[in-house]
Amino acid sequence: MSTNLTDRGSTRPRGATDDHPLARTILIALGACFIVLFLVLPLVTVFAQALKNGVAAAMDSIVEPDALSAIKLTVIAAGIAVPLNVAFGLSASWAISKFDFRGKSFLITLIDLPFSVSPVVSGLVYVLIFGMQGWFGPYLREHDIKIIFALPGIVLATMFVTFPFVARELIPLMTDQGRDEEEAATSLGASGWKTFRRVTLPNVKWALLYGVLLCNARAMGEFGAVSVVSGHIRGQTNTMPLHIEVLYNDYQFVAAFAVASLLALLALVTLAVKSFLEWHYADEIAAIHKH
Amino acid sequence: MSLVVESIAKRFDRFPALKGVSFSAPKGCFLALLGPSGSGKTTLLRILGGLEFAEAGRVKFEDIDWLSLPARDRRAGFVFQQYALFRHMTIAKNIAFGLEVRGRRHRPTRAEIARRVEELLSLVQLEGLGKRYPSQLSGGQRQRVALARALAIEPRMLLLDEPFGALDAKVRKELRHWLRHIHDKTGITTVFVTHDQEEAMELADLVAILNQGSIEQIGTPADIRRAPASEFVADFIDSNAQVRPDPVVAIFEPRSARG
Repeated sequence: MSTNLTDRGSTRPRGATDDHPLARTILIALGACFIVLFLVLPLVTVFAQALKNGVAAAMDSIVEPDALSAIKLTVIAAGIAVPLNVAFGLSASWAISKFDFRGKSFLITLIDLPFSVSPVVSGLVYVLIFGMQGWFGPYLREHDIKIIFALPGIVLATMFVTFPFVARELIPLMTDQGRDEEEAATSLGASGWKTFRRVTLPNVKWALLYGVLLCNARAMGEFGAVSVVSGHIRGQTNTMPLHIEVLYNDYQFVAAFAVASLLALLALVTLAVKSFLEWHYADEIAAIHKH
Repeated sequence: MSLVVESIAKRFDRFPALKGVSFSAPKGCFLALLGPSGSGKTTLLRILGGLEFAEAGRVKFEDIDWLSLPARDRRAGFVFQQYALFRHMTIAKNIAFGLEVRGRRHRPTRAEIARRVEELLSLVQLEGLGKRYPSQLSGGQRQRVALARALAIEPRMLLLDEPFGALDAKVRKELRHWLRHIHDKTGITTVFVTHDQEEAMELADLVAILNQGSIEQIGTPADIRRAPASEFVADFIDSNAQVRPDPVVAIFEPRSARG
């Protein structure tokens, strides 16, 4: 018996947590198939469709005036919504993680609300409040202020949908870091603002950056909520995702995919920047997390 | 008497943490607040540091109404059990922090700050480690950095919250003597929280023993040993005074006695 065992023992004995080699192969193959089918292939298709009639055709549909206006609007909307959400997200996480107050858990739930509400509903809410028939409709019309079917509405809808990204990144980290360092800074004579700028903020800068990247990617890609408040006026209130939909519905597939590949590129750049930063500052990030 | 604490009271929710604590201590004194966990000693220390607020009572320190000063104007150097070093700053930056955050008119020059940092690094015997980050130091080293950082602001009062609680016994003993040495050198009024009676009795000029939010006794270690004011005090200073019997020996001894 023992000789039998040693004969079979030519292969390395399996570790306690190792699976059967066959099971391992099947699982890895399944995982790889899934990734290729659902993640890589769609991404490749976007670029392939865009470049079907050559680079020039794709470029034409990007520099065409309506497309340019959509790109511009998207950048402006994100450019307003993201900094505001950074400010709100940072203050909310600071309040939640460093102080005790009544209604704290309610506030946390409230911050998560945009994740659980359908974007279309969040868009409709703004139409109901600021639209012609809405609560403030008559007042806004009297004073000639346009919110719905204009930039302010698009910014509001984008902000609502992307609100949780920054706060969600920061709250767990800041809660984990506790208040000791802030207390130490105060006892050393630092004012509240100096404590925040020199101690709190540097301790969360990587999580904050990650939150900003995610928030920005989502802000530029948001479709549902923006679709409701934008009014789809070509060359005026169409953002990139809306413009893509219009082109697609007009059977202009190459043009649609050309603009779509810009958005996809944004996602890839976001990921690349994040990975690069994580790799480049690995030591510093590790020093902040372990203590 | 330089530090006078008068009937300080504090509750957390409805649980009384301090029930009217009063005592006084002379200038430059090394005072230990000794007691079991939950006795209110850390709360009292945090009130002195301005990190917690008393509901009633007064504190006078060097004839200042101490509690009316906000924490950042007290110049009370606070040392935390878990060090609370700024993890994203080098050791030198940590030590310099209290000087660098001063208003422009009171801030020393850059060269002066650098000189102070070097001085403090050598005082806490960490020369040459200024460029390291806290995560690259051992626990004992980190606590010495924390003390240097607290000393950098030339504190009027030094407050230490179980500073050696997270360290192993050998390092504890070393740092204990070293802390007393630094206190004697600087002469800063020091309040030290501990639950280790041996530490308190060995280090302090005055020991205040707290139990359930009240002071049971305050006096010199010799006085307390000679005449414990209550059964609790006698018990508390006695219970871990003698070397505890080794549990393994305790199990095996009766049998060997029988045999």
